[in-house]
Amino acid sequence: MPTELIFIIQQVANGLLLGFYYLLIALGLSIIFSLGGIVNLAHGAFYAIGAYLIVFLSDSLGYGLAFVVSPVAVGVLGMIVERFFFRRFYRADPTLSLLFTFALSMVIEQALRMIFGASPLSFSIPEFAHGQVIVGDFFYPIYRIGMLFVAIAAVAGTWLLLNKTAFGKIVKAGINDPDMVRAMGISLNPVMTAVCGLGIGLAGLAGVLLAPITGVQPAMGQEILTAAFVVVVIGGLGSFWGVVVAAMLVGVIRGLTSYFYPPASEASLYLLMLLILVLRPRGLLGEKFERLE
Amino acid sequence: MSDSKTSASFPRRRLLLQGSAALAAGLAMPGLVRAQGAGPLRIGHLTPRTGFLGPMGEYAVLGATMAVEEVNAAGGVLGRKIELLTEDSVNPQTASTKAQRMVERDKVDALVGEISSASGLAIAQVATRAKTLFMQTGCNSDELRGKNCSRYMFHLEACNTMYVRTIGQALLRDGMVKGKKWMAFTADYAFGHDLFKQTKKFMDENGAVFVSNDMLPTDATEFSASLLKIRQQKPDLVMSNLAGNQTTNFTKQYNEFNIDIPFAGADMNMTSIWGAGKNGFSGVWPIIWTHQVQAPSAQDFVARFRKRWNKTPENQAVNDYLAIKILAEAMGKTKSADVDKIIAYLEGDNKFDVLRERQGYFRPWDHQLVYEMYTVQPGDDKKAGKDDFMVTSKPVPGAGENLEALAPTQEENMCKFA
Repeated sequence: MPTELIFIIQQVANGLLLGFYYLLIALGLSIIFSLGGIVNLAHGAFYAIGAYLIVFLSDSLGYGLAFVVSPVAVGVLGMIVERFFFRRFYRADPTLSLLFTFALSMVIEQALRMIFGASPLSFSIPEFAHGQVIVGDFFYPIYRIGMLFVAIAAVAGTWLLLNKTAFGKIVKAGINDPDMVRAMGISLNPVMTAVCGLGIGLAGLAGVLLAPITGVQPAMGQEILTAAFVVVVIGGLGSFWGVVVAAMLVGVIRGLTSYFYPPASEASLYLLMLLILVLRPRGLLGEKFERLE
Repeated sequence: MSDSKTSASFPRRRLLLQGSAALAAGLAMPGLVRAQGAGPLRIGHLTPRTGFLGPMGEYAVLGATMAVEEVNAAGGVLGRKIELLTEDSVNPQTASTKAQRMVERDKVDALVGEISSASGLAIAQVATRAKTLFMQTGCNSDELRGKNCSRYMFHLEACNTMYVRTIGQALLRDGMVKGKKWMAFTADYAFGHDLFKQTKKFMDENGAVFVSNDMLPTDATEFSASLLKIRQQKPDLVMSNLAGNQTTNFTKQYNEFNIDIPFAGADMNMTSIWGAGKNGFSGVWPIIWTHQVQAPSAQDFVARFRKRWNKTPENQAVNDYLAIKILAEAMGKTKSADVDKIIAYLEGDNKFDVLRERQGYFRPWDHQLVYEMYTVQPGDDKKAGKDDFMVTSKPVPGAGENLEALAPTQEENMCKFA
């Protein structure tokens, strides 16, 4: 095999892996929107909280325990926010929830800045995950491969929960016809709380995983949120597999652009989004959306 | 705000009282009287507090604030206290508007600060039009001292050429330049482009073999594609011309990918090194100052800063601190806040304690403050504390050498004051 081809295959593999990071954030964004109709602009801020939590909890709890506690804590925070705030906006004008979540994201970012300072906090990969896997010409850090498995497990778990459990059936029914679900005597409130906890918890998990790689600083949420939105829009609102495919596509396109023409690596996401929206306005696998039509 | 809340919180009430007192004083005292020198001397401080330069801006404010406190504790200048007005400069447009407002409405006696070269240029234009002094503390672009130089702007920050020559000397000494293949990674905006230009000039002049330069967007945080590319190309040296948080993340990930190719760069700040952490910091870098500088005045400053802010000072804090200290000294010595007298003093044959071994001075023809610089790299001491896992070199230029050896000559970077 010519070396250039191996390089390209390696970049594609790397892109797929990057896709999983986007997926963790985009998935939560997508399910919260699907069920509640809320575009959560504070999603990136919860990702940042996840990263700050692992940095601070690692000192006292150790990395392993902090790794479990941090995303769960972010999920619980998400449930509290749902219970006291999001709930007020389900049947309201979408502009109101947009304004609220935008304000919430700014409050969280500035609070992080006030408490921890604007400087990036140092946080390293745990000792046991140092090192690289080398197979022939292929090479990759162990930590990132570990991240890949955690991300796959989280995404698979979410899929199973939404598709193979009674809870998932209520969620799906709630997306299609919330009034009918209520008429049948099932309260959607606890379901919404759980879905927000899950979606926001996934963002927290992404923050925990990426903290040692991209640095922990107050604006980190904003940086990742735009990419996550691009993934959701490309994938099609409300489609689980659409978001999965879009995340992989965005990862690979960004990876290859970084290789062949780095200045356009960030812009490539938006060009891809533009292309898809022109050719297929509902996104790759998006369904027709009653809520929007 | 409800009444119960205000009365419940004493500090807030005191603030309110002080606020109204200040307001009343302001109303009672016409601007004319203030301009003649009865009120405090006002210094407008503008620096980015948010965005990828925000971390440095935070230290800039701490340094400036501490300098004002020290000057005021020693009785102020010309019998007047210094009042610091500090604001987030955000971007060139906002920086320009805020500078304008500080000059016209707040009647500041001088402007201090900035980190972004683009915003620095915008502030310099306002300062020049208004004939107000601007002590810039963080803008690296050579053009600010050359093509865009101004009689009213003084440069506490080193220029890109000074950074490149500092790291260049270290690389030459280690045999890392002549005949070596090098790859560059550059921040895709004015500062990065200028730094790359200076780096390439230096490497070309000294016989290095250029492989490639990748321009990386300033909002990129994840560099695995670039790092895989480095492993594929196998150069002899990788040079970073990145900026702000980019540097932190690139350095960390370079370590994570365990690339055993020598890594160096042309710009570094201590916030980036601390951000990368003990296990993430790699490479050899030029820096204008660190808390490890052994000069007595430097160590004394470190102790005072730690006592005041409960954290270790970094390079940006020093520039903003020095700007205000030097300004106060110039006003004191000339017994005047008159801009022409201060410029004459700064351009004159006067040396300043710049918290280093040797004293520094402004070059009269481009207003660059020349001083000793350093290189910094990871240390061997595994037990070093969280602030001290790096080591700082001896001063560059060395003890016997000309202090201006790093800065561009008049031929290299022509400046004509209008």
